[in-house]
Amino acid sequence: MRLPCGTFNESYASDMAIVRTRLQWGLLIAFAILLFASPLFVSEYWLSIANTIAIYLIAVAGLQILTGYCGQINLGQAAFMAVGAYTSGIMMRTFGLSFWASIPCAAIAAALAGVLFSLPAVRVKGFYLAMTTLAAQFIISWLCMHGGDITRGTFGLLISRPQLGDFVFNTEIRWFYLIVPVSLIMLLLARNITRTKAGRAFVAIRDNDLAAEIMGISLFKHKMLAFAICSVYAGVAGCLWANYLGIATYEHYTLMNSVWMLGMLIVGGFGSMMGVIYGTIFIKLLFEGVCTAAPAIADAIPAIGGAVFAALGLITVGLVIMLFLIYEPRGLNHRWEIIKGTYRLFPFSY
Amino acid sequence: MSFFLQQVGTGLSLGAIYGVIGICIVLIYRSTGVFNFAQGMLLVIGAFICWTFITVLHFPAWLSFVITLVLASILGFVIERLAFRPMIGQPILAAILMTVSLMAVLKGITLLIWGGENQAYQPPMLPQNPAYFGDVVLSQGYLWGFGVAVVMVGLFIYFFRWTRHGLVMSATSEDHQLARGIGIPVSRVFSLSWIIAAAASAAVGIILANLFSASLELEYIGMKAFAVVILGGLESIPGALLAGLIIGLSESMAAGYIDPLVGGGIRDVFPFIVAIVVLVFRPHGLFGWKRIERV
Repeated sequence: MRLPCGTFNESYASDMAIVRTRLQWGLLIAFAILLFASPLFVSEYWLSIANTIAIYLIAVAGLQILTGYCGQINLGQAAFMAVGAYTSGIMMRTFGLSFWASIPCAAIAAALAGVLFSLPAVRVKGFYLAMTTLAAQFIISWLCMHGGDITRGTFGLLISRPQLGDFVFNTEIRWFYLIVPVSLIMLLLARNITRTKAGRAFVAIRDNDLAAEIMGISLFKHKMLAFAICSVYAGVAGCLWANYLGIATYEHYTLMNSVWMLGMLIVGGFGSMMGVIYGTIFIKLLFEGVCTAAPAIADAIPAIGGAVFAALGLITVGLVIMLFLIYEPRGLNHRWEIIKGTYRLFPFSY
Repeated sequence: MSFFLQQVGTGLSLGAIYGVIGICIVLIYRSTGVFNFAQGMLLVIGAFICWTFITVLHFPAWLSFVITLVLASILGFVIERLAFRPMIGQPILAAILMTVSLMAVLKGITLLIWGGENQAYQPPMLPQNPAYFGDVVLSQGYLWGFGVAVVMVGLFIYFFRWTRHGLVMSATSEDHQLARGIGIPVSRVFSLSWIIAAAASAAVGIILANLFSASLELEYIGMKAFAVVILGGLESIPGALLAGLIIGLSESMAAGYIDPLVGGGIRDVFPFIVAIVVLVFRPHGLFGWKRIERV
């Protein structure tokens, strides 16, 4: 990371600091105030988008640790979200737990599922690993669909609104003040995980797993740990998503959702938490844009079929991910760093 | 006993089709090093193109079949040229993401052109009345599928062992640098393998569409073929066929004998369970290459 002119790292602590200069602190505080004041002046529609993005941020941050930092691809993140969602639903419906108690249950259940599927996954890599996680996606979806009375099959689990005393989370604004702080805390936690010993081990495994093992990093232990962290994040995100929508159904956790989450990583940039934020916001806003534009396009070209919403979303986002892979494989975060560097050095290019 | 034989017959015929889909994946993997997660969509698109020519435009069956193969080859060529040529030398992660986003784009295009509905071939390409072997009743579509699969496997084996292009492709799969060194145009080999795989997938797609109907659900059959490739080994063509038969048979057995216990639908997920078990105990599959890695 390039620093502004005259700023030097003189200690390890300042080298590892997330927020480095006073200006950054100022901007951060201003952004936080703006973010938490935003429900006062934006509409319900934009708040619902913000809530969706904030929930996805959690799941994608987990995926970033596993895929971006540890280099293990995961085509089943949505399925681990489903584990969290269904666990939360079952805990609240069958065992009568409160929403708050169901969050750790969802996280633990998802972590167990992640560890279970990481048993084959830690031994393989590349396409074999992708295949393992794909199998996890299909098997978990299938279990949710055929779970009988436990998961209520195709009906899905209806979940009542969470409460805190008499305060019911039933409007977008109330959800906003619950989801966004949770999301920010999870992101900060993820950023800090990458700064620990385990986080550095993940990066070593990503860069060269054999060299990492020879240096004394246990591949088995750390890959499994990365899977567990990733699925804990998925579990929390799934739990929030199910409660926010009021229903847990496997239809919200399909293979395509897993693919889009990987796409968010690619668009944002592998190996940086800021990339998670850029990528998730970019892809989600792209989907919203397509949904807004789809009726107009359907009117303009009557020959295309009725599935225009789904079709245009798939094509646009798929193409964007492909273009990023070809032209900017290091993502928006990298592009933003270049812009910052250029601005700092202007008018001299070196 | 007749129930058992019935399951064996269905399983083997379906397994042969899985085998051919598996071979398409192996073909691309061996020469280009890309595991094609978009394989299922190639089946779907082949099925829908042929449906358009037969049912909408009323072309004769053989002509539609040929036109579909030609169009699918062009599609394979375009995919390789636009999406996978820039991926040469990129990390595996990028290649995987490229195939899954290709899957999304192809699915979107299919939805846009043909909508999401299931379409039956009208008039049907294959005879409809079932065939009887003692107690076993099989739809003739399965027999045709089995026949076509066997013919295609024969063609592939002949192609890779005795023709110039086939040998060139095998050489490329060994080592891209060396192949280039002895004057093999590697990028043209990549194109050729995508073209062959896309055409073969379209042919399988047409067979499947005759068995079931042309629909997006055929993609799922392509996904099951991933399990076939994992079991057979990513590098082996005969392995893919054998694994296809094993997966088809075991899936059919599971559907026959486990379904009553769990309440149905095990068929959809059984190949993936097999794949997980294979990955735990023998990650390189039956005939795959066990790679030794060095730092």
